[in-house]
Amino acid sequence: MPSVTLLGQSVLSGIFIGALYGLLGLGLSLSWGMLRQVNLAHFALAFLGGYITFQLSGRLDPFVTLVVTVPLFFVAGMALHWFLSRYAPDMLNTLLVTFGLTSIIEAGIQRIWTADFMRMESHYGDIRWKLGAFYVSFPDLVTLLLAMILCGAMWALIRFTDFGRAARAMTEDAAMAAAFGVNEKRLGYVISGLAAAFAAVAGMCLALTHTLAPVQIYAWMGVVFAAVMIGGLGSAMGPLLAGFLIGVSEALTMAVTAPTWAPLVSFTLLIAIILFRPARF
Amino acid sequence: MRAAGGFILIGAALAVIPFLGLPAFYETFLYLLLHAVVLATSWNLLSGYSGYFSFGHGAFFGAGVYVTAALVGQYSWNFLATLPLAAGAAALLGLVLGAIVFRVRALRGELFALLTLAITFVLATIMLNKVDGGPGIQVMADIPKLAPTASGSLYLLMLAIALATVWIAHAVFYSRFGTGLFAIHDDEDVAEVMGVPTYRFKLAAFCLSCALAGLAGGIHAVFVSYVTVAETFSIALAVNVVLMSALGGTRHWLGPAVGAIVITALLYGFTAGQAPVLGRALVGVILIAVIVLMPEGILGKLLKRRRRQSSSSGTQPHPVRAASPNSEPILVARNVSKAFKGVQALADASLEVRRGEILGLVGPNGSGKSTFINVVSGHYPADSGSLIFEGEELIGRPAHRIARAGIARTYQIPRPFAHLSVLQNVALPPMFGQVVMHRAAAEAEAWRWLEFTGLASKAHVLPAELNLHQRKFLELARALASRPRLLFLDEVLSGLTPTEMDDAIRLVRAIRDQGATIVFVEHVMRAVMELTDRVVVLTYGKAIAAGLPLEVMRDPQVVDAYLGTAHA
Repeated sequence: MPSVTLLGQSVLSGIFIGALYGLLGLGLSLSWGMLRQVNLAHFALAFLGGYITFQLSGRLDPFVTLVVTVPLFFVAGMALHWFLSRYAPDMLNTLLVTFGLTSIIEAGIQRIWTADFMRMESHYGDIRWKLGAFYVSFPDLVTLLLAMILCGAMWALIRFTDFGRAARAMTEDAAMAAAFGVNEKRLGYVISGLAAAFAAVAGMCLALTHTLAPVQIYAWMGVVFAAVMIGGLGSAMGPLLAGFLIGVSEALTMAVTAPTWAPLVSFTLLIAIILFRPARF
Repeated sequence: MRAAGGFILIGAALAVIPFLGLPAFYETFLYLLLHAVVLATSWNLLSGYSGYFSFGHGAFFGAGVYVTAALVGQYSWNFLATLPLAAGAAALLGLVLGAIVFRVRALRGELFALLTLAITFVLATIMLNKVDGGPGIQVMADIPKLAPTASGSLYLLMLAIALATVWIAHAVFYSRFGTGLFAIHDDEDVAEVMGVPTYRFKLAAFCLSCALAGLAGGIHAVFVSYVTVAETFSIALAVNVVLMSALGGTRHWLGPAVGAIVITALLYGFTAGQAPVLGRALVGVILIAVIVLMPEGILGKLLKRRRRQSSSSGTQPHPVRAASPNSEPILVARNVSKAFKGVQALADASLEVRRGEILGLVGPNGSGKSTFINVVSGHYPADSGSLIFEGEELIGRPAHRIARAGIARTYQIPRPFAHLSVLQNVALPPMFGQVVMHRAAAEAEAWRWLEFTGLASKAHVLPAELNLHQRKFLELARALASRPRLLFLDEVLSGLTPTEMDDAIRLVRAIRDQGATIVFVEHVMRAVMELTDRVVVLTYGKAIAAGLPLEVMRDPQVVDAYLGTAHA
């Protein structure tokens, strides 16, 4: 049995990785739950955001790169929504089209930045604090804070504003909401733009905390989708909470058995939910 | 028969290639083509036919690869002896996964797609930890000498499997099993109510699909001779397989094979030209272009054109059974209850349907008429009570077994299978009825009911091309085709013009004269009075009155329920 310190550090790192799952899952959950689009390209977009941050980090502070990537991705998200709502009406078709888009973005990334692993050099990477027996690094903490702020803000937006009410009505029945005066077209563009903008933020966090490689795009899919499904489609806080659950369970599994067993965790959780709470699907 | 001849001819032509002494390149290239044909066609058996897209085909293929690799490479088994195990392991994996996910009735296609995507990573993890250990497995097998060279022998093995796979896809396509899968694709609930055992069919298709992928994997392990987890369990395989089938057409047995040949040739051209990155991007572009421009695939597009040109070939109606009205009950409902989250749709409803009669089931909106039909047909499970049909309890039975017992229904809002022609729609229930009919017999039966409802001229069009009145008649024809002993008609007249209504009333009478018992749910009182022998009135989920139409309508309780209490 590993020591208490190791277990504590595992829980902590599980929370940090879970925050990234939640941040990646946020945009996915919005577009799936509200727009009925399963956007696999969300992961490729996040990596593209990460690579852009990486590229600009020589001249700009990683956080300043968001000034470039967030508006850019917002527009890209709107363009994607235009294409999907026009040419891929069926949910399964959105899945296939965005899978195609993923291959294209992946090939583009590979062409520009090669298939090698890239690590962003930044002075933030060296900042770390010792809290009692545990270490906390600045990039991890920033990821956690950003995830909590964005998911929380989005949750409040959906919960308390007119925009949120319209969005919830659209989630329930888009045609009916439109008949009652919800501008569902504009709403769709805004939500899709926001989802892509969240991918840009997630990308920056990825660049801060992880090495980047085109093949890594696929590595995140399984676990983040599990977080979205466990957390609930269309929910803003759900993916983050599910992300924490998965992250911590994974980290503990790694500490107790071997690191290579971690991918089993999210899948087991998902199957368990399907078996014991099928009603939520 | 023509198809069988074609198969033998193509198989024989391809089988001589290793003996021609061509450069090894041809055998390798053709092997890869056939390998893709097997994977795409086997994927399509579940995913194309029934619409449950699997992104985990790489996992089932990989299971086969690793079974053969481990047994041959680590335990020195005979290569051929491992192949049944490779197929069996993949099928077992599909069986377990399917038994879990298909049990959830509301499980949607996207969820299935993502779960199968996840299984790829899970299996890769297990293989990496338990079998492979990291560096990969060297597979040195004794390849049976079928051809002058080893690669030629593997090519012949893959050819045999490819022919078998395409043959299976062809056989399933034209079978009862295939028809059931296509119905599941369009509307799973209706398919179940029409008698298709949906759970069993999905599971069987999944196992078959996995077994064939595993078989291909077993041979491929020897072909590549060195297997690694990263190469085997790649997402690229799953994506390519989907792409091939979508390009060729998922709704045709040959579609995936056509797509597989086109894509593999394209990709091969690019990897040979030292531009694999470009090839990957190209696959993405083709995938998007296909979805946008040709959602039905190459063969789908060709077939659509052919369907327009084909003409009807009607057969004469069969002689019909005579009606035998009497007072013996055919269905007895006792205290049937059903609640939806606090709304008591049926509250201890008790009523009786007598053999040979037309029973009118009336009541205000929300009184539980449609819920009653949904409970009897097995669409919803009842909370309590009993439903005895011809001496047998229906509650607790799956919907397809209720259909098989001789109960049919129509839907208030027509729910035809959108991608099946009108003829195929009507031919489906006889294939899954009390007496299982083969396709030809079922279609002959369907023609009869199309004539009966006046839809024969529309037999080859898709339901989308029908107007409301024709769709309602299609519902009727489809319900009749299973030759039900008890038929529920759920507001067949709503939305029809007065003349169309007269047609429909004549039709309902003709149905009864052929011996069926009818429960007729309707708001149009003129039709209720004209048609029914007896009337049962439901309010708030209870049967409050039963008897002759005129008497019941004078019952003060009924007047009260419909019009409210009279004052003064």
